[in-house]
Amino acid sequence: MAYSDKVIDHYQNPKNVGTLDKSSKNVGTGLVGAPECGDVMRLQIEVDDETGVIRDAKFKTFGCGSAIASSSLATEWLKGKTVDQALSIDNMAIVEELNLPPVKIHCSVLAEDAIKAAINDYRVKNGLEQIKFEESIVH
Amino acid sequence: MLKLPVYLDNNATTPCDPRVVEAMIPYFTENFGNAASRNHPFGWAAEEAVDYAREQVAKLVGADPKEIIFTSGATEGDNLAIKGVYEMYASKGNHIITATTEHKAVLDTCKHIEKLGGEVTYLQVKPDGLIDLAELEAAIRPTTILVAIMYGNNEIGVVQPVREISAIAKRHGVLFFTDGVQAVGKIPVDVQKDGIDLMAFTAHKMYGPKGVGALYVRRKNPRVKVTAQMDGGGHERGMRSGTLNVPGIVGFGKAAELARLEMEQDAKRLSGLRDKLERELLKLEEAYVNGNRDHRLPHVTNISFKHVEGEGLLMGFNKNIALSSGSACTSASLEPSYVLKALGLGDDLAHSSLRFGLGRFNTEDQIDYTIEQVRTTVLKLREMSPLWEMYKEGIDLNSIEWAAH
Repeated sequence: MAYSDKVIDHYQNPKNVGTLDKSSKNVGTGLVGAPECGDVMRLQIEVDDETGVIRDAKFKTFGCGSAIASSSLATEWLKGKTVDQALSIDNMAIVEELNLPPVKIHCSVLAEDAIKAAINDYRVKNGLEQIKFEESIVH
Repeated sequence: MLKLPVYLDNNATTPCDPRVVEAMIPYFTENFGNAASRNHPFGWAAEEAVDYAREQVAKLVGADPKEIIFTSGATEGDNLAIKGVYEMYASKGNHIITATTEHKAVLDTCKHIEKLGGEVTYLQVKPDGLIDLAELEAAIRPTTILVAIMYGNNEIGVVQPVREISAIAKRHGVLFFTDGVQAVGKIPVDVQKDGIDLMAFTAHKMYGPKGVGALYVRRKNPRVKVTAQMDGGGHERGMRSGTLNVPGIVGFGKAAELARLEMEQDAKRLSGLRDKLERELLKLEEAYVNGNRDHRLPHVTNISFKHVEGEGLLMGFNKNIALSSGSACTSASLEPSYVLKALGLGDDLAHSSLRFGLGRFNTEDQIDYTIEQVRTTVLKLREMSPLWEMYKEGIDLNSIEWAAH
């Protein structure tokens, strides 16, 4: 199976690899997946108190090229969005942008889950209620 | 000069040796006859070529030419041996013993036997991939008709104690079948000394063409018979009908002859390169060889690089290096290698493995290049791996409740 050029580009030049201070009140961390399943994503957002805009986003991913590319793309899309806007990022948009084949759709779902988990972590830290999401269907 | 891409997936298939191709060519054009045509020179030439190839193949494994049944490959050989024995010896019993690390062609054939009402024992292997001989012996019942244990494993290269296995089988009057695909042509395999009753092997794993293989069926002490699985003209002593693939068989013969003559030097050179590859890659932290390193094919190593995922790893260099991974993502199944899991490896380590299968045409500079590429990619991906970061922080990954998905 050949990868799309966009997946290869993200794999070779991943955007926003790194770690934010997870103890900071402004940082939300989402850790999803499991080593047994062959993919683990950690996605972090740093939110501006005043504006609610995501100032920075970082990821680290254990997984295949598509998983790395999905999380790299997610961090790019998150930056500059408000938390509310970020909630609207849909896994199928990632699939489309990266041209993921059907067997790799779960990578995009994982990225969407990581975004939601990071947002919820941020909300809890700031005294807001967790948002309940429908269970992901794929995986 | 470094020749790219580097092919290190020789357990999957090998390139044809040019000398093999050369031997085959006349049998597509001038000598195109059907080996079963007894009444004209075209048939005679084909038959003669097949007879000669049969001798070459037999000689490689210490068999009599009459004991070689040509097939389409080892999957057919595995099927013919197991199903053929099951049918032929039905009056004696219906129980077969095999192991969990066998090739799918053996395991799925055994599953089929179970559907037919047969009984199969799947022996677990030890953490090093070898079967436990005491367990094997204990599994034998009065109804046992066959022990089916592979010679060398395709994923980890571990070589089973074939002589001890055959001795146990013989002592209990049970036939011994071995899938010799990875071992024949790579290490000395002798059906007499090894006490093998049936053995499947194939040309394309030893620099011969695809689509041709052989089943060795013992004719003396004891005389073994298998029930044919295809009906037709009764070729191959009635055990395998179908017009013989003459050019393929000629190529198989040539490949077998070359393997016999060059095995020793090939094995010596390849084990040297394999050891270098392994030694250098094990200098990386948290890298582990899977399977027994003392009882192993000379050209194979399987290494897990903890906290990086195999397919992600392959992507770092798969334009220039052909390798395979035990990770799920490389296949459609999404399950990591069942062989590695059978060794007791966690799914995480199974997902982190690479299989290196060296071959006759690999050069030392290709191995040096591979070492450098794999090493660089592992280091790069670990920088990107949340698991590696946690490991470095001293967090026990087993203590984390992973969001199952």
